[in-house]
Amino acid sequence: MEVKTLKKEESKTGKKIRISGAEAVIHCLLAEGIETVYGYPGGAIMPIYDELYKFRDKLHHVLTRHEQGATHAAQGYARVSGKVGVAMATSGPGATNLITGIADAQIDSTPMVCITGQVARHLLGSDAFQETDIVGISTPVTKWNYQITNAAEIPEIIAKAFYIARSGRPGPVLIDITKNAQFDEFDFDYQKCTAIRSYKPAPVVDESKITEAAEAINKAKKPMIVWGQGIILGKAEEELKALVEKAGIPAAWTILGASALSSSHPLNVGMVGMHGNYGPNILTNECDLLIALGMRFDDRVTGDLSTYAKQAKVLHFEIDPAEINKNVHADIPVLGNVKETLAKVLPLVNENKHEAWHNEFKEKYKIEFDKVIKNDLHPKKEGLTMGEVIEQINQASNHEAVMVSDVGQHQMIACRYAKFNTTKSNITSGGLGTMGFALPAAIGAKMGAPKREVVAVIGDGGYQMTIQELGTIFQTKVPVKIVVLNNDFLGMVRQWQQLFFDKRYASTEMTNPDFVTIAEGYHIQAKKVTKREDLAAAVEEMMASPHAYFLEVRVEKEDNVFPMIPTGASVSDIRLS
Amino acid sequence: MEENKTFTISVYSENNVGLLNRISGIFLKRHINIESLNVSKSEIENVSKFTIVVNTTEDWTRKIVGQVEKQIEVIKAYYHTDEETIFLETGLFKIASNLLFDERQIQNIIKDNHSDIVTVSPDFFVISKSGRREEIEEMYEQLKPYGIMQFVRSGRVSVSKSEMQISNILKEFQL
Repeated sequence: MEVKTLKKEESKTGKKIRISGAEAVIHCLLAEGIETVYGYPGGAIMPIYDELYKFRDKLHHVLTRHEQGATHAAQGYARVSGKVGVAMATSGPGATNLITGIADAQIDSTPMVCITGQVARHLLGSDAFQETDIVGISTPVTKWNYQITNAAEIPEIIAKAFYIARSGRPGPVLIDITKNAQFDEFDFDYQKCTAIRSYKPAPVVDESKITEAAEAINKAKKPMIVWGQGIILGKAEEELKALVEKAGIPAAWTILGASALSSSHPLNVGMVGMHGNYGPNILTNECDLLIALGMRFDDRVTGDLSTYAKQAKVLHFEIDPAEINKNVHADIPVLGNVKETLAKVLPLVNENKHEAWHNEFKEKYKIEFDKVIKNDLHPKKEGLTMGEVIEQINQASNHEAVMVSDVGQHQMIACRYAKFNTTKSNITSGGLGTMGFALPAAIGAKMGAPKREVVAVIGDGGYQMTIQELGTIFQTKVPVKIVVLNNDFLGMVRQWQQLFFDKRYASTEMTNPDFVTIAEGYHIQAKKVTKREDLAAAVEEMMASPHAYFLEVRVEKEDNVFPMIPTGASVSDIRLS
Repeated sequence: MEENKTFTISVYSENNVGLLNRISGIFLKRHINIESLNVSKSEIENVSKFTIVVNTTEDWTRKIVGQVEKQIEVIKAYYHTDEETIFLETGLFKIASNLLFDERQIQNIIKDNHSDIVTVSPDFFVISKSGRREEIEEMYEQLKPYGIMQFVRSGRVSVSKSEMQISNILKEFQL
């Protein structure tokens, strides 16, 4: 690589240049095309921060207000841009504060590289100040991790870190760098990593499975697609659309798959899972062919496995061999990058319409509309619903906003009702269900897609878990739009207490502060809406603002999210009330 | 419910710090106890071999092997039943030297079990016995009445009857 920023006289060995480990870290990041990093300084990472200062015109460092915020911001950045997010922290508490975000990125397959400082090599194991075994702690929640104790390892290991984070099924990588390795000088030379002998990012495609898959699709009378985030991670949106349209197959999505196919596409039949749409859930148990594309049959999607799609033949397109037959038996596993496998299947698939079958989805939608959707989006009662707020955002954004949701009732409502024209528009914590995700993730999302409108939709509970990141918004002036749907409850837990614990509302009611005043304390324009007649104008004002904007909407205290598949129940037993 | 069986998992990997932790964590996460664990070099230069014995269902074993194989530094992992492998463990018994002369039966136990005397010193002698776990246990029971000063048994080491094609995988990488 070209190291433009180095002083010429230091270059004594041609391409190789003698620099400190800390400076090498910066050059590695620049060589990987990184423009923005999120983090928080501290003792053991000070040499790297010193270099960040020197390179501040080339590498933008965003100071979050907590290391967890740095990881979620890096995740938001990665999810919206498809690039690797980078977070940095010091040793000890700085490093342990990254863990929630790392675990979230691991379960949601988000490419992220975390760099932590560590006490000097000679102090390792001595219980030195701010020493913690972050490699040991992060092992179960990282795709890979490594401790660098020698400066000369830095280029090779960081190159490996980025290769591993972004290739195959993406995931988080943590690199721990001892302080001596940051100070020590060595001959720097950077080469990107393109292969590791013990690591196969994507399995070799078995052509016979492609043929079998196409035959099964051509034979099916009631085929149904359930796609997941693999479509987005594999950049296979066009292939998905082509398959859906050519074979006329109704297609449903998991929450992390949302937005890969336009919400308005006639064959997009909605969301599967616990609070998904009625049709795709019920009809999972009536289809004769279930085509799973880049999804992992999470328990929130399948409900009771012993009654899940038993009548159907299952085609599973998947990049990770460990996912095949993990939860649901695949009659035809199609291993490989879904973009590649779908492209191979497409020419072998016959054109079809499956109109009668598709009509069954439409009929189920009518039932759901009458029993649930109508009341959520066009309520007759006085109190505001979360659904009508999402609908206002849809209208004000023309279905073009990136929706970043937190975890809980508002998340399910946002995922159910948000309309997306563009892929990579639904950013939420799916697998881990991390409350506090949305506010920092929205900061990263806006920086990763600066031309797009980014709206964070958050509950009053999750908001207060990372509310300190308002400071990051204030300092960076990143124009994110924040909508807090406030019901003074930890609503999803309250809903479960109502339905399954005889309304014993143990520690779910919240006495909340004045959120508007707090936002204004950070000089963020803020407004509160309590009445329906003020909602549309407030949402429009928020969307029109060129700056960050905070909108609190007081919603009905004890609304429930339906449909719902109770834990352990079958997808057929989905409840509408 | 599928029944529990003994499976030997063989993992070929790079020799890196931390990989043992990563692999054992996969068992920990699923609350599955490791019956025995051995790490050694393998038939291929710079490739380590983990031999892990578990008692669980085949379904779990298959899923665990899938997760193990997914680790970046793991080249390939296999699992086999006892019938599909040649395996043994080694036990070491430390016994007071005077017993070798005072208790004649001990010499018979050593002979009958086809075990070896590794060392003899004025105070103690050490017997080594390699074989199946039951054979070592049986010898333990036989020696127990005379007093065992120390006993230790190794993890299982095993080779599979069928081929494990690691060299081919590594060769493919070089192409």
